[in-house]
Amino acid sequence: MLRESALKESDAVLNEVLEPGLGWTHIVKQGQSFRIVDLEGNQAVDTLFYRASDPTDRYSAVDTIREQGNLYLSVGTRLISMSGATLLTITADTCGRHDTLGGACAAESNQVRYSIDKKFMHNCRDTFLLTLARHAPSLGKRDLTANINFFMNVPVTPDGRLWFEDGISAPGRYVELRSETDVRVLISNCPQLNNPCNAYNPTPVRLLVWDSHE
Amino acid sequence: MWSRVLRRGQRLRLTDTEGHAQVAALFYNADAPSERYNMPDTLKAQQIAYLTQGFVLYSDMGKILCSILDDSVGWHDTITGHSTPETVRARYGEGSYRKLRNARFRNTRDNFLTELGKHELTVRDIVPNVNFFVKIVADDTGKLAWVEQPRRGGFVELRAELNTLIVLSNTPHPLDPNPNYAPSPVNLTIRAGAPAPKDDPCRLSRPENGRGFILTEIYFV
Repeated sequence: MLRESALKESDAVLNEVLEPGLGWTHIVKQGQSFRIVDLEGNQAVDTLFYRASDPTDRYSAVDTIREQGNLYLSVGTRLISMSGATLLTITADTCGRHDTLGGACAAESNQVRYSIDKKFMHNCRDTFLLTLARHAPSLGKRDLTANINFFMNVPVTPDGRLWFEDGISAPGRYVELRSETDVRVLISNCPQLNNPCNAYNPTPVRLLVWDSHE
Repeated sequence: MWSRVLRRGQRLRLTDTEGHAQVAALFYNADAPSERYNMPDTLKAQQIAYLTQGFVLYSDMGKILCSILDDSVGWHDTITGHSTPETVRARYGEGSYRKLRNARFRNTRDNFLTELGKHELTVRDIVPNVNFFVKIVADDTGKLAWVEQPRRGGFVELRAELNTLIVLSNTPHPLDPNPNYAPSPVNLTIRAGAPAPKDDPCRLSRPENGRGFILTEIYFV
C-alpha cells in the first residue's frame, strides 16, 4: 500500500546523506518520525532497531511477520520487538513493500553464495560491526539479528521458493516510521555488487528525522 | 525442552510420534557460540523459504551447523518465530504451576532462556528459530496460512557438521489452530556417524552448499 507523508523536508531536525558502503546509528526519540529516501532508486538499506533503554529488546523479523500475518513490510506494519512491543510503525511508504527475510550480506555468506574468493568484498555485516564498535561498543555480533532491507524485493512463492529480484523502488521513493519508544537505529547502506538488490550500483540515501507534532 | 551438543558427524532424528509435535529449535557452534543459526543466510543461499531433506542450516559465519539427511514430512518452518509467555497467556489463558503442577502451560521463549542458561547464553543469543513439523505458507501477496501436513510417525534427521549445540522446545506454535493447549510428544534418537562424504546429497544439492561444506571443513583443518 502506498501512502505519502505530509512532513516537509524543510521542517526536519536531522537531514543527512549516507553514502553506499557506510554505516550510521542514531537514537530516534519516542514520537519522532524517521524517513529513509532512496535517492537514486533500488538501493537496499539494511536496518536494525534496538530499544534504547534495553538493547536486548530488539527488532524481531519473525515476530513482526507472524503478528501481521504477512511477509512484506509496508504502511501500517508494526515493527515488533523480542518482548512483543511495537518499536516503530510504518506511517508512509511510496515504494510499496520491503523485505525482512533476506538478511544482511556478510563476507562469509558471500563466499557461500558466490565464490570462496569473494571474502574481501565490502559487506553489510562488516559495516554493522564497525559502526557498533565505533558508536555503541556495548553492542556487538550477538546483537546482530535478521534485519529489514528497505526498498529490497525478495519474493516468496506459495511452494516456498525465495530469491532476490530487481527492485520495485525508484529515485526519490521513501519509507517513513514513527517511533513508539526511544529506539537506536543501525543502518548499513548496502555495498553488495553480486546480486540485483542494489541494481549492481550502490547509491546514497537521505536520512531525515522530524520532532513529534502531537 | 532439551539441549545438548551433537558432535560433528552425529545424527539426531526427531520423530513426531502422535502427529502434532511442534519443535522450535536453535543451533550454535558449541566451540564458539557467538556463531549461530542464521535464518536469512540459510534461506538466501538455497533460495528457499522453508526446510526439508537436502537442505542445510547455515551459521552466520558461512559454515554449516547441520544438514537435513532425511525428512518424511516435507516442510519445516523457519520464518514465524516462537511462543512467549504473552502469546501463550493470550491464547490459552493462565496455566500456572500452582493450578496444574507439571501440566502447566509452557512457552518456547522461557524454555529457550532456561536451556540457553545451562550453556551460559542469554536472550541476546535468541535468533529466528526453526520450527520442525510446522508448515506455514505465504500467498503471492505475502499473506500467511497454516497448513496441516500428515505427520503421525513422521521424522526428520539431522547430521551435525560442526560440534553443534542444539536447543529444542516442544510447545504449541503461536499460529497452531488448535484452541486448546495440547503439546504432543517428540521422540529424539541420536546415532553415531561420520561427516559428509564427497558424494553427500546435501553437499551436491547446489554449488552454494558445496562451498558451505568447504568452509566448514577448512575450519577443522
